[in-house]
This record gives sequence, structure tokens and C-alpha cells, in this order.
Amino acid sequence: MSDFLSILGEEFPQVRSGLWVTLEATVLGSLVALLLSFVLGLAAGSKLLLVRGVSRTVVEFFRGTSLYIQLFWLYYAMPPLTGYELTPLVCGIVAFGLNYGAYGSEIVRGAINSVPRAQYEAAVALNMTPFHRMRKVIMPQAWVQMIPSFTNLLIQLLKCTPLLWLLSAADLMTAIEHVRSRSGETLTTYLVLLAVYFVLAYALTLLMNMLERTAKRRLGLHTGAGSLLKTRTAEAAATAGGAR
Amino acid sequence: MATESAPLKEPADAAPDPQVTGVEPLVRFDKVVKRYGDHVVLDELDFTVRRGEHVTLIGPSGSGKTTILRLLMTLEKVSDGVIWVDGSPLSHVRTPSGALKPAGEKQLRESRKKIGMVFQQFNLFPNMKVLQNITEAPVNVLGMDKDEAETRARELLDLVGLSGKVDAHPSQLSGGQQQRVAIARALAMRPEILLLDEVTSALDPELVAGVLELLGDIARNTNITMLCVTHEMNFARDVSEKVLMFDAGRVVESGSPEKIFTDPEHERTREFLNAVL
Repeated sequence: MSDFLSILGEEFPQVRSGLWVTLEATVLGSLVALLLSFVLGLAAGSKLLLVRGVSRTVVEFFRGTSLYIQLFWLYYAMPPLTGYELTPLVCGIVAFGLNYGAYGSEIVRGAINSVPRAQYEAAVALNMTPFHRMRKVIMPQAWVQMIPSFTNLLIQLLKCTPLLWLLSAADLMTAIEHVRSRSGETLTTYLVLLAVYFVLAYALTLLMNMLERTAKRRLGLHTGAGSLLKTRTAEAAATAGGAR
Repeated sequence: MATESAPLKEPADAAPDPQVTGVEPLVRFDKVVKRYGDHVVLDELDFTVRRGEHVTLIGPSGSGKTTILRLLMTLEKVSDGVIWVDGSPLSHVRTPSGALKPAGEKQLRESRKKIGMVFQQFNLFPNMKVLQNITEAPVNVLGMDKDEAETRARELLDLVGLSGKVDAHPSQLSGGQQQRVAIARALAMRPEILLLDEVTSALDPELVAGVLELLGDIARNTNITMLCVTHEMNFARDVSEKVLMFDAGRVVESGSPEKIFTDPEHERTREFLNAVL
């Protein structure tokens, strides 16, 4: 144990930068995923068959192929194929973004569909343009429904980042794994890893809960005290929001 | 909204753009058919509404009353026939050859300018406070100045008796209050035609009278043409000049409220009135 701590101390700069890489991969990966979720999710509701078809194909492809294999493709197969080489971190961001964007688009599509049709009709009766209807009426209401599901995806994405170790990216997993191999303290190392990822995931949950509260307050929905600390599930939130 | 719009022949009795005399009605249904699959909701419906007229549509559930309003608001497409508003086809455009074809979104938006609608379930936007519910469309659709729109919205809220609720969320209001806001929201767009779709049906009984009184005031003090689908026979009697009795997608009988309520000609009307009065 004392070995572990002293080696951890020596490796601290690497661990710290590893944590930074993990956070970068999570944040940037989820931003790519978020963008893709909206693009693909909105395209899924298009009137044009071609647009819907493209969205459907992209979603099925990235949802149906393993994240590992997507990572390996980007890192090992793309360079000989295209001549471009991406850094492990960029590979991670792209693969996480594509994979989780595919899942996220289903959340966007579902949330848009869950907004009562009457809202759309009221917007038509006020002669709003289709874009205006989506932006000011449908999307703000759908957004509240999306947040709990996005929280789940975000945490799953965080928990996938140790895969970067497979590409020898200098992420948190890689850095702490290095401490393990130097100290031989397998049990302690993996306990620390569990704890660190749990703390990160919980911090993200709290952030997302805050976001959800703000969004709900904007709809004039009551948000009970203490709900910030409650880990919400997508199901519970869906029924709460679905009653409207 | 899955309806086929059959290719349209020019209706036999429709003179091209019949804006000829001052007697042309504001709204004219010309052999309007609405089908859902095999189910015929409106069956070659003909009726007219004059400018400034207040018309109530009564009849049993499923007789197609609400469908008429939804067609006028372009929330549904006609299966056949043409609706004329102020001499122009509502949901059709003229091709160069003079025939009519279903209109696209752009033309529909042009048609919607004249028409406003209040819904049974209010349908206020929960993501906007009361004031913004009313100003959103005037500012972003009509291009009204924001301050002007807010001033007007406050006047309208005053009119509907809710000047204290400017900053409330719709969810904080009672059903009756929400419906008043919805009425103010529709009026803010200065419609020539106001469609009222069972606007009191979702309200608690004690709130109904207030909303009806408000609508009566609007009918008396404005020149807005009103089409109301309602089960409130008192409202039909007090506010409207014309009552249309529907059954099975057709107008069974139409006339002044006095006539319909005291001396109905048709057996179906008598049965219906006996059941609801």
C-alpha cells in the first residue's frame, strides 16, 4: 500500500494529465454525440424519404457495430486506407461521438414525438413557420424530456473512455495502469479506478440534474427540493414529463 | 394527416374567383368531402358564413363539426371539394390552366393569416409565460414591434380579466384562466375569422359561464366572424345569429337560433335537442 502511494505520488503528473485526457475525451466526445444526435434525430422526422433513409442507415450502422471495432478501425485501419493518421484522443472523440450520437438521435426523435400534437397544431393556428414551430414550441418541450436519457448516455460514454487504453492514449486508465505495473498493487489500483470513475460519473449526474431542473423551471414545472441529489432514471423522468 | 387530396375538377357552380358582388360570403364550403380511409366524415358539405356572422355548429359527437374547424385552420386536408375564404381557395392554388391543386406550406401560411383558433384543451405553450404566449406570434409571425405587441397583449389580458397573470406560467393557471389566455392569444393575431372548438368542454362547470360571457362580449364588440362548435345551447342561443345542425357529415338543418330551438323542422334536430336540453 505504501508502495502504491509513493509510486502514485511519483506518477502524479501523468495521472493528472491522464485525468485531463479522460475528461477531454468525455466532454468533446459527448459534444460531437450531442450535435450528431440532433442532426440525425431531426433528419429522422423529415418529410423527405431520402433524408430519413440516410439518418436511419447512419444510426443503424453506428449503433450496430461495436465501439471497440470502430475505435480500431479509426486508429489502425484508416491510416493505411486513407493516409491520414488520427491521434488516439481524436479517434476516441470521433468514435464516441459517432456511436453515442447514433443512440442520442433516437432520444431526440422520441422526445420530439412525445410533444403533444396539440402543441404543433396551436403553433400552426398562430401561423408560425415550420422552423419557428420547432425552435420555439416543440424543441424547448422536447429538450426537458431528453435530459435524463442524455445523462445516461453521458455516463456510459465516460465509462467507455478506458477503452482509450487499447490505443495507448495517455488517459486516466493508462496512467493508473502504469502505477499498477510498477507497484504490483492490483487490488488497490483497481479500487482506486472504480472510485475515480464513480466520482466522475456522479459529478456528471449532478451537473445534468441541475440542467434538468433549470429546463423544468422554464416550463413552470414543479421541481421538488432535494431532487438535485437524487439520481434520476430515464424511466422516472419520462413518466413525470409524459403526463403533460 | 394522411389524406389523399384527389385531383380537383373545377366545381360546376363556382364562377372563377367569385368576388363579383358584395354578397359573396366570407366562408363558403363547396361540396367539401373529408374521408379517413373509407370513413366519410363530411359528405359533400355546402354551407356559407357571411362576414361578421356568428355561427354555431351543433350536432351529435362524430357528426363532423370539429372537422369543419380543423379544415378551416388547415390542420387537415380536404379529400374533395373546395373551401373558399374571402373569394380565394383556402387550401388550393390555381395552376396556370385555371384548375385547382392542393396548396403548399407557403400558400397555406398565406391562408392562415385571416384565421385564428381556440382549442378545447387550450394548448398554451408551457415553455412560455402568459405574456410570451400572446406576443410570440405577433412579434415573430406578423413582425410586430416587441413593445407594441406587449402593450397589446396587456390590453388583451385586461379584456379577458387576467391582467394580474402576465408573468405566470400556464401550469399555474386554472383551466378557465388558461382558456382566457388562449382566447387573448388568438385575438392578438387580429383574425377575421375566429374558430372556437368546444372551448368550454374541458372546463369545470363553475368556470364555463365566465368564458362564455367573455366570448359573448367579443361577439358583440368586434366584427370578427365566429364559428363555434359547442354543446352550450344557451351560448348558441344568446350569441349566434345562425345555428347549423349537423348529423353524419351533412347539414341537417340551419336557421336562426329561435327557429332551431323552438321550432325545429327536422326529426334529427328534435331528437338531438331533446337529448341535450
